[in-house]
Amino acid sequence: MKNPSVDTHLLPADNLGTAPLLAVDNLHVEFKTRQGLVRAVNGVSYALHAGETLAVLGESGSGKSVTAQAIMGILDMPPANIPKGEIRFRGTDLLKLSDNARSQIRGQQIAMVFQDALSALNPVFTVGWQIAEMFRVHRGMSKKAAYAKAIELMDRVRIPAARQRVNDYPHQFSGGMRQRIMIAMSIALDPEVLIADEPTTALDVTVQAQIMELLAELQRDSNMAMILITHDLGVVADVADKIAVMYGGRIVENAPVHDVYKNPAHPYTKGLLESIPRVDLKGQELYAIKGLPPNLLDMPTGCAFHPRCPYRQDDCVTDVPPLHEISGTRSSACHYWREVLDGVQG
Amino acid sequence: MASKGELILEVRDLVKHFPLTQGIVVKRQIGSIKAVDGVSFDLHRGETLGIVGESGCGKSTLAKLLMALETPTSGSVRVAGKDLATAKGADLKRIRRNIQMVMQDPYTSLNPRMTVGDIVGEPFEIHAEVAPKGDRRKKVQDLLEVVGLNPDHINRYPHQFSGGQRQRIGIARGLALQPEIIVCDEPVSALDVSIQAQVINLLERLQDEFGLAYIFIAHDLSVVRHISDRVAVMYLGKVVEIGKDTEIYDRPSHPYTQALLSAVPVPDPEGRESRERIILQGDPPSPANPPSGCRFRTRCWKAQEICAQEEPLLQIRPGVGHPSACHFAEAHDVVHATG
Ligand SMILES: Nc1ncnc2c1ncn2[C@@H]1O[C@H](COP(=O)(O)OP(=O)(O)OP(=O)(O)O)[C@@H](O)[C@H]1O
Ligand SMILES: Nc1ncnc2c1ncn2[C@@H]1O[C@H](COP(=O)(O)OP(=O)(O)O)[C@@H](O)[C@H]1O
Ligand code: SF4
Ligand code: SF4
Ligand SMILES: [Mg+2]
Ligand SMILES: [Mg+2]
Repeated sequence: MKNPSVDTHLLPADNLGTAPLLAVDNLHVEFKTRQGLVRAVNGVSYALHAGETLAVLGESGSGKSVTAQAIMGILDMPPANIPKGEIRFRGTDLLKLSDNARSQIRGQQIAMVFQDALSALNPVFTVGWQIAEMFRVHRGMSKKAAYAKAIELMDRVRIPAARQRVNDYPHQFSGGMRQRIMIAMSIALDPEVLIADEPTTALDVTVQAQIMELLAELQRDSNMAMILITHDLGVVADVADKIAVMYGGRIVENAPVHDVYKNPAHPYTKGLLESIPRVDLKGQELYAIKGLPPNLLDMPTGCAFHPRCPYRQDDCVTDVPPLHEISGTRSSACHYWREVLDGVQG
Repeated sequence: MASKGELILEVRDLVKHFPLTQGIVVKRQIGSIKAVDGVSFDLHRGETLGIVGESGCGKSTLAKLLMALETPTSGSVRVAGKDLATAKGADLKRIRRNIQMVMQDPYTSLNPRMTVGDIVGEPFEIHAEVAPKGDRRKKVQDLLEVVGLNPDHINRYPHQFSGGQRQRIGIARGLALQPEIIVCDEPVSALDVSIQAQVINLLERLQDEFGLAYIFIAHDLSVVRHISDRVAVMYLGKVVEIGKDTEIYDRPSHPYTQALLSAVPVPDPEGRESRERIILQGDPPSPANPPSGCRFRTRCWKAQEICAQEEPLLQIRPGVGHPSACHFAEAHDVVHATG
């Protein structure tokens, strides 16, 4: 069984010629657990340019958050271990930096918004204190100046009556407002890359629309690059420039957003798109991908998707498909990507 | 397809207020949370009524009232003509048997120390008439088969199943007493995208097979549209608009329905720059202190003076054709509109 690696020249790069701001290259992350070694990330590669939005799509357990945590450098090691791969930010491999150098980048150049704002915020400090802390620690501001900045940021993420609410605690805010406060903290130091890990999954669609609009606006203002982790095909279609689809700890498809929705090049992506309820198909059975997501402790041989794949051939059971380049901006980890693109089932 | 069969569930002016208390030793009631505040609708045999609305608008409380897990403050629920509040003895038992529930969270709603067989067969303990003791194992295995689980797994525990499989266990349990109505409270929300479609297909197949009527509560509006014959939109404890799926989705007339639909991201990037989007400001007000008149007025871009003074009733409005609780109801296709 070969373990394919990918050269960055195969990565989608809309701005061909310009080096990406952030490039994850053949990243592997594993966890030592009681049940055995969990290979949570098995060769993930994606790249991001300034101002771009990359959506990372995949079901729960596919390795989206672990990849993000590796980029942020917030994995606990052990139990986590990174046996292989690079994470290059402005050309420098972050994995080779000292802890001190990494903590300089964290928050200042690469920042993150977590799914669950309530547990990411500290319940015993006021939100104003927590935002101001960013400015005191990283910018050496006085307490007073830092608080003024905190109020300004709360205003910017549209917390109503920010000045009155700066001394409130996280639990005194609604879910949507807590997420805004998380966003305020993450953009406090003008990062170049923002990783948003399912920022709206726990929220209502009306609040989701507010948050997504806010993120788009902040991004326009500062040309920040964004990695948006989600499992919502609607959100992706709304905001992404390009997509990386994950399955079983690997990227199975990399492509510009319009290409994926028009013509997916991997059977998993295709299955996901087909299972969306459509108005013209009301009253009919929904298309459903059969079977279950893979168990990372007991991964299928060859292509991890083979037990569920309608395009499967014999070699899928034995050979791991490498990430095939389809064009300068697209790739698919499927032996039969041509058939998938043409819609010819094997 | 709206009314497939005879009326099976009648909900009239249903109200649930939870007391809001202050003080630790001596509790004083200082107000009430108006979780459900005057809800009426009908459900027919074999029909699906979808219920949508923001978090906290009262969907789960409504579900619990229908299941008689909460006592209403006022109003009535009639199941197949029998009033839930006044029914006694054998009648009450029959009503309870006839309406079952499937819960949102397949990870916490099943008792981890019970086997699948015990979980699915538990309703038979109370309603022994449905399955005499000797038949139970066989009955449970049949139920597992119906929902697509392996009948040989009857002695396994919930943790040995995936989320989608656990939801199937919950559905099998809901079917055990052969109810005519199943209340599904967010039955697929906790599931992976690739598993949701499997469970929705299962629910639809069971409906056809057993003539079930569903109350289907969900926040995924495209799933609700797919499965529902009619849809009710709730806001702060009230139904603000109700109608056939096409009426609600293609001709929404209440500003809140329009905002809700326009906020749903469309899974197609084509034309995304020009799509109409109504972004509501702020959060819904507290159900302890809802605004006077129309409850939506604090977020409504069409609000006039009358909206603060006079509560708009849920009724058919000129030019709309289905009930809408807005003084200025006006049908407008937001999903297909570009602006
Ligand atoms: N036992 C209770 N005591 C006091 N208040 C309650 C109780 N149960 C529910 N509520 C309140 O009633 C309102 C409606 O709650 P409910 O759970 O019905 O909302 P929901 O529409 O199901 O929301 P979600 O989409 O988040 O599930 C909320 O304000 C809630 O806090
Ligand atoms: N600290 C940890 N110890 C062991 N396994 C972990 C740990 N963190 C994550 N995993 C496993 O890694 C896999 C990928 O997780 P994650 O990246 O969180 O998935 P998602 O795509 O849902 O964000 C999952 O199987 C998860 O259980
Ligand atoms: S490699 Fe084979 S099994 Fe894997 S997705 Fe492609 S066709 Fe399916
Ligand atoms: S009644 Fe008035 S406030 Fe309420 S939805 Fe209609 S226009 Fe808006
Ligand atoms: Mg995650
Ligand atoms: Mg609920």
